[in-house]
Amino acid sequence: MNFLISGVHINPLYLVGVGFIVGMLGGFFGVGGSFLAGPALFAVGVPMNYVVGTDLAHIVGKSIVAAKKHRALGNIDFKLGMIMVVGTIAGVEAGAQTIQWLKRTAHIDWVVGLTFVAILLGISGFMTWESIHTMRLRRKTRASSKPRPGEHPSKSDHSAVSHIARWIHRIPLPPYVKLPVSGVAKVSLWAILTVAFVGGFFSGFLGGGAGYIRMPCLIYLLGIPTHIAVGTDLFEIIISASYGTITHALKGNVDILIALVMHTGAAIGAQIGATFTQFFIGPRIRMAFIPLPLIGAIIIIHSLFTGHPGK
Amino acid sequence: MNQEVKSSLKSFIIELVVYAALVVGYFLLVLEFLGDWLHRVYMENPHLYAFLALALIVCQGVVLEILTRVLLDLIKPRMRD
Repeated sequence: MNFLISGVHINPLYLVGVGFIVGMLGGFFGVGGSFLAGPALFAVGVPMNYVVGTDLAHIVGKSIVAAKKHRALGNIDFKLGMIMVVGTIAGVEAGAQTIQWLKRTAHIDWVVGLTFVAILLGISGFMTWESIHTMRLRRKTRASSKPRPGEHPSKSDHSAVSHIARWIHRIPLPPYVKLPVSGVAKVSLWAILTVAFVGGFFSGFLGGGAGYIRMPCLIYLLGIPTHIAVGTDLFEIIISASYGTITHALKGNVDILIALVMHTGAAIGAQIGATFTQFFIGPRIRMAFIPLPLIGAIIIIHSLFTGHPGK
Repeated sequence: MNQEVKSSLKSFIIELVVYAALVVGYFLLVLEFLGDWLHRVYMENPHLYAFLALALIVCQGVVLEILTRVLLDLIKPRMRD
């Protein structure tokens, strides 16, 4: 199939397949999957500027499907999501401006690439330690490894580092907000905005939705139960990726036909991924998440040494 | 493999086959026709193109979500019979 806008010829089944895989990851983990979709598009000859813009457009469609499923499962905290949108959009702009500034200096690929690798390895290492520690604690207390029937899985979600979130909840910086859906009695609005800003910054700085940063931040820093973090992150991605799609489309970086074809695969993948979350407890979802940042890190290291921009 | 997993797997495969047929039809009919027109809009009017790009992906997101859900709802009761 010829895609006239980006001037490439790609088999649509390849795009559907890529969409299906990243759709499943998105539905299950609440991430955009750009660390896989980006290199997959680049590998078949899509120019880099179209890779970034088109991937964002595809993320919008996929997140709608997955977020609707999560809404039905009671996994979205709309209040939290709406607050986060503000911080994310500001962060995306700041990240994009940092890239513009770095463009004027030498070695931008190495600066961005090494930052990315350090963050991804850090997240993976920390989540491995935390998930194993939490699972051990659960075994000691003989807690069930599956959600109890009829109970929302977030009710039985525990973390070995919940003291970090409790400390952040006590930060005396008004105004405060209450998040009943997430089970948070009181948290500073600035804490939420900061977390959202950081996620947005890396989204603008490194490309994609940066769910691999926002999801762990929601869980460990704000103390949001894993299932709610996944659903809320997807809801928030719809709005921030829509903003990204518009700005990139205005700059001529979106081949919407590629995004539409990819999304046909992602739609069904996202449904399946979101359905699977109800069969797993939080620590197990977090443990399954661990290889994703590692895959991203390997792709970036490979790109740095071969000269192929893999993101 | 327990009964619940078997049943879920079976309904998923049926859904995938029906969905694949619909998607192939969609490629042939809609995307082939849209291609030239969208390319023209992309070249001539970036603002309209940006709006259309977002509108198309949002609409497809909503429509495919409904389609996959309806398919699953249609298949599930039959599986129980």
